[in-house]
Amino acid sequence: MENELKVPTMAELFAAGQQPEVLFWVGCAGSFDDRAKKITKAFVRILNKANVSFAVLGTEESCTGDPAKRAGNEFLFQMQAVTNIEVLNAYEVKKVVTACPHCFNTLKNEYPSLGGSYEVVHHTQFLKQLLDEGRISMEGGQFKGKKITFHDPCYLGRANNVYEAPRELIRKLDAELVEMKNCKKRGLCCGAGGAQMFKEPEKGSKDINVERTEQALDTKPEIIAAGCPFCNTMLTDGVKNKEKESSVAVMDIAELIASAEDL
Amino acid sequence: MDFIPNIIFAIILFAGIGFFARNIKKLSRNIKLGKEVDTSDNKSQRWNNMFRIGLGQTKMVVRPIAGILHIIVYLGFIIINIEVLEIIIDGLFGTHRIFAFLGGLYSFLIGSFEILALLVIIAVVIFWIRRNVIKLRRFLNPEMSGWPKKDGNLILYIELVLMILFLTMNAADYQLQQMDAVHYTKAGAFPVSQFIAPLFQEMSMSSIILIERSAWWLHIVGILMFLNYLYYSKHLHILLAFPNTYFGKLRPKGQFDNLEAVTKEVRLMMDPSADPFAAPDENAPIPEKFGASDVMDLKWVQLLNAYTCTECGRCTSECPANQTGKELSPRKIMMDTRDRLEEVGKNIDANKGEFVADGKQLLGDYITHEELWACTSCNACVEACPVSIDPLSIIMDMRQYLVMEQSAAPSDLNNMMGNIENNGAPWPFNQMDRLNWSKES
Repeated sequence: MENELKVPTMAELFAAGQQPEVLFWVGCAGSFDDRAKKITKAFVRILNKANVSFAVLGTEESCTGDPAKRAGNEFLFQMQAVTNIEVLNAYEVKKVVTACPHCFNTLKNEYPSLGGSYEVVHHTQFLKQLLDEGRISMEGGQFKGKKITFHDPCYLGRANNVYEAPRELIRKLDAELVEMKNCKKRGLCCGAGGAQMFKEPEKGSKDINVERTEQALDTKPEIIAAGCPFCNTMLTDGVKNKEKESSVAVMDIAELIASAEDL
Repeated sequence: MDFIPNIIFAIILFAGIGFFARNIKKLSRNIKLGKEVDTSDNKSQRWNNMFRIGLGQTKMVVRPIAGILHIIVYLGFIIINIEVLEIIIDGLFGTHRIFAFLGGLYSFLIGSFEILALLVIIAVVIFWIRRNVIKLRRFLNPEMSGWPKKDGNLILYIELVLMILFLTMNAADYQLQQMDAVHYTKAGAFPVSQFIAPLFQEMSMSSIILIERSAWWLHIVGILMFLNYLYYSKHLHILLAFPNTYFGKLRPKGQFDNLEAVTKEVRLMMDPSADPFAAPDENAPIPEKFGASDVMDLKWVQLLNAYTCTECGRCTSECPANQTGKELSPRKIMMDTRDRLEEVGKNIDANKGEFVADGKQLLGDYITHEELWACTSCNACVEACPVSIDPLSIIMDMRQYLVMEQSAAPSDLNNMMGNIENNGAPWPFNQMDRLNWSKES
């Protein structure tokens, strides 16, 4: 079942005189983090199955600058942005899909005023689009009736008002979508945003990811679904902290679909 | 000598309004200490927000109990203030219930004011219980001790007294109407105060007139005093909520401003034809300070935000850092900004219109580094604010100052930024390995 992934780069397509339908912005976590790489591969398998013409930047991709900007280093952010925009514009990129809400937010909202305007979608929006267009089908037998709760990534939900695409995909799996007490607009952060992923938390009474994981576990789910590699890490750690890793899995929406499709 | 009360009334009225106008002028001067920001865009969207969020209170009802009670008090105050118009005319010209000629409509108006007044009293009592008996967590954070706590209760007491005075005045008036007192035109409907009126039955007409007049005078003087209390109180929100919702952020919450001063520097750095050894232009303006360490570095909308905050604490109670025991409280960020701005304003007043450095600033003396670094930039506080205040933007501006002017980031973040600079990723991985995942099984 592990077919070889077809991952064309923009450079290869450009050399062949081709322009893909969409650029897949993999992001740093998706490229380097062992857990997030699985999400990246699951998403690519879906793209391959649906014969989506896409490409990645590969070694020409660099951090969007999001964590630098949120940490207060506007200078480094803009250096990264301007460099990335030069590459994206050189390849005449029109549409970008990414599985990271932080890259999504930065590319969509903060690049335009620096000269980089693209149609940017989150991978859950893109998958929803593929589904609507009949380019992928979802049987969902494997998840039928399973309790799944969805954790809204701040930079997808509150920051950009995307709440429905991931939920519709979960419903399409015939799973039972259960909501946490804080969801959608009032979803609680996983604790990773604003560059917190890369530092120790300030002293307090509890870690934010544990608090959020407790809210998720209150719904008695079999799966906690996420749409962000950082949320995924934070919640996975939270589940381990609560010693529930044998009964509760933390999975990205792309992984759920790939798994349902037996990809 | 009949017109002496009218003259006294006019003096009190104009003094009250004059003093208020003076404070508003000071308020506006302080807000303008902030940096310029263009808010001339999307007028229709802005008006829409003001009507929907400000007038319509759509975000108040996210928490239904507080929201509905608040709408009662809000409607009560707006509608009952129609009555103030009549009181002012009566006071200036010595008339009594000048709008009585409206007949049925007048009865309807007075009747609904009375019902609203009763509802306001009930709401205010419940609010007081929530603060002082139930002790809701969000009213007990450390920043709420001292004046903020007193302020919150004082407002409730003033509102309670004003409503009781209004009903007492009507009850005495109603009783006097029953007794065919001269000057007391039979007008109005008194669905609430008719139950207070029997208390006066045994009294002489002159005593009831004394009660009616006292309540009337105390009510209007109380309103003028309340108006002047606003500037010193969190209660300013009853005025500033409207401009604040108008000037609130329109772009997606996740979109943070790109600093133009930085863009210029970056463009210059990336420009291959720029001369790296060029001597700086002698007439060049002093480079702009990056980020904010004091209130003057913030934008004026952020300062308006600070004056608008009514310390309800919805932001803080939704904040993930605060919920897990960290120092950060978005409400405190807003309160600190206002306190510091007031301090700067007083400094300017005391020094003939010029700010004289006082060795203090917002960063460090009010807001600590620890608070700033605890933020996850999740926007929960921004979403929670019923009047479109953006505490997150102040936190981010202050982080910019810490990092770009002081290199004072936590060392973990310095590592992360070093990695981005060197490898194009926040972790120490080689950019040339970015596609390795595609070959791993």
